[in-house]
Amino acid sequence: MDAIIESTPLYLEGFVETLKLLAISGVGAFVVGVLVAAMRISPIPTLRTFATVYTELLRNVPLLLVLFFCAFVLPILGVDFDYFVLACIGLTAYTSPFVAEAVRSGFNGVPIGQAEAARSIGLNFGQTVSLVVLPQAVRMVIPPLINVFIALTKNTSVAGVFFVIELFGASSRAARDHGDAVILVLLYAAFLYLVITIPLGTIAGAIEKKVAVLR
Amino acid sequence: MSASVLYDAPGPKARRRNVIFSIVGALLIAALLAWIILTLAAPRISANGNETPGMFDQSRWDIVSEPLLWDAFLQGVLNTLRMAAVAAFFALVIGIAFSFARTARSQWIRVPTAVLLEFFRGMPLLLMMLFIFLVFSTGSYWAGVAALAIYNGALIGEALRAGIAALPRGQKESGLAIGLTPVQTRVFIEFPQAFRQMLPIIIAQMVVLLKDTSLAYVVAYDELSRTIKNLQNFLGNNYLFTLFIIGLAIYLAINLTVSWIARFVARRSGPKMGKTTDGPKVPGADGTQALILPLRGDGPGSGYGGGAGV
Repeated sequence: MDAIIESTPLYLEGFVETLKLLAISGVGAFVVGVLVAAMRISPIPTLRTFATVYTELLRNVPLLLVLFFCAFVLPILGVDFDYFVLACIGLTAYTSPFVAEAVRSGFNGVPIGQAEAARSIGLNFGQTVSLVVLPQAVRMVIPPLINVFIALTKNTSVAGVFFVIELFGASSRAARDHGDAVILVLLYAAFLYLVITIPLGTIAGAIEKKVAVLR
Repeated sequence: MSASVLYDAPGPKARRRNVIFSIVGALLIAALLAWIILTLAAPRISANGNETPGMFDQSRWDIVSEPLLWDAFLQGVLNTLRMAAVAAFFALVIGIAFSFARTARSQWIRVPTAVLLEFFRGMPLLLMMLFIFLVFSTGSYWAGVAALAIYNGALIGEALRAGIAALPRGQKESGLAIGLTPVQTRVFIEFPQAFRQMLPIIIAQMVVLLKDTSLAYVVAYDELSRTIKNLQNFLGNNYLFTLFIIGLAIYLAINLTVSWIARFVARRSGPKMGKTTDGPKVPGADGTQALILPLRGDGPGSGYGGGAGV
C-alpha cells in the first residue's frame, strides 16, 4: 500500500504526460491522416501514389523503430528537440496512416448512390466530397477513429522507452524503486491506462450503435 | 465507393490539367526527396567545431563489408521470427479458448472472461511484457512470447466472438435440430464458419504481432531493434545512421512480404462457402458482416439467411 501512495505523485505526472502525448499526437495524426486520405481519393495520380506509398511504408515499420529514429537518429541529423517533442513527431507519423485508412474506409462506407446522385445533379468533385459524401462519412468515421486513438493511448507507452517520463516510464521507475511491490505498482499503472481506454471504447460503442440505428 | 465515382472520366482538358498537376506534384515530391538526400549527404559541423562527414560518406558505410555485422543482423532476424512464430501459435490457441469462454452459456464463465478480455485489450503490451518479466521472472524471451500471445489472443478472441455472433441464427438452430448438443453445435457448426470468416482479420493481427515483437526491446531481448542498438554501442555513433537504414530495410522486407502473403492467403482461403457482403461496411466492425450463403450454382449475393446484422 505504501508503494502505491509513494508512487502516486510520479504517476500523476506520468498520467498528465501521457494525456499530453495523446492530445498532441492525436491532433497531429488527425490532420496529417485526413490530408493523406484526401490525397488517396484525389483525381491526381501522383498524389494517389504518394499517399499509397506513405501509408504502406509507415504501416510496415514497427512503432519502436519509428521512435528509435526520432530519439537517436534525428539528433545526429541535427534536429535538436526535447525528447517529448521528438516522441510527438514519431507518434504522429506512425498514427497518421491508420487515421488515413479509417477515414478512407468511412468514405467507402457511404453508399455509392449518394456520390452518383450528387454527380448526376452536376456537382463537381469538391462539391460532391464536401457537401454530400463528407457529412455522411464523418458519422461512419468516428468509431474507427476512436479505436485508432485507443491504440494511440497504448502506443504512447513506447515513448517511455525513449526517455519520456510518461505513465510507462513512471511505472518502470516505480517498479525499480519498490522491488517488493512490483505487482501492485504495475497494476496501478494498468488501471490508469484503463481509465483512458475503457471510456473511449464505451463512447465508440455507443456511437456505433447510434449510427447503426440511423442507417 | 471507388474514387472514380467522385469525378468524371477526364476529358481532354481535364486530362491535360491532371497531367500538369501530376508533373508538378511529382516535381515537388522529387524536390523534397532530393532536399532530404542532400541534407543527409552534407557534412555537418558540430557545436565544438568538429566536422563530421555526411551520412553517405565512405567512412560511415565501410562496415557493410564486415561479415560480423551481417551475422549479428541475421541473429536478430532469427530471434524476431522465433518469437513471432511461437507467440502467433499461442495467440491463436488463447484466442480460440477466449472465444469459447466468452460465448459460453453459463454467465459464471462468460462475464469474468469479458472483464478479463477488456482488461487485456485496454492495457499497453509494453506494460504487460514488463509485468510478466518482473513478476514471473521468466526471462526476456518467454516474457515477450507470453505478453504477445495473451494480448493478441484477447484481440483474436474478440474477433472470433464477433464472427460467431454474426452468423445467421439458422446455423445454430439447424445444428440443434439435427440433434447435436449445444457444445457440438458450437464446435462443429458455428466455430468453423466464424473462423473462416475472421481469417483475414486473424492474419492481419499476426502481421501486427510480428511488428510488435520489436517491443521486446524493453526486456532486453536481442531481436532486430535491439540488435541495432547493440551494434551502435559496439561500433559507435558514427555508424548509427547506417545501422538504422539496414535495420529499416530488413523490417520493411520482412513485413511487406508477410503482409503480401497474408493478403494472398486471406483472398484464397477466406470465407469460401459463405461470402461476406461487399456492400456498405458497418463502421468499426470489419468482417462482422452477415454471411450470405450462395445457393447452388448461384453467385454470391443471392443467398438465403443474410442480414443477421451485428
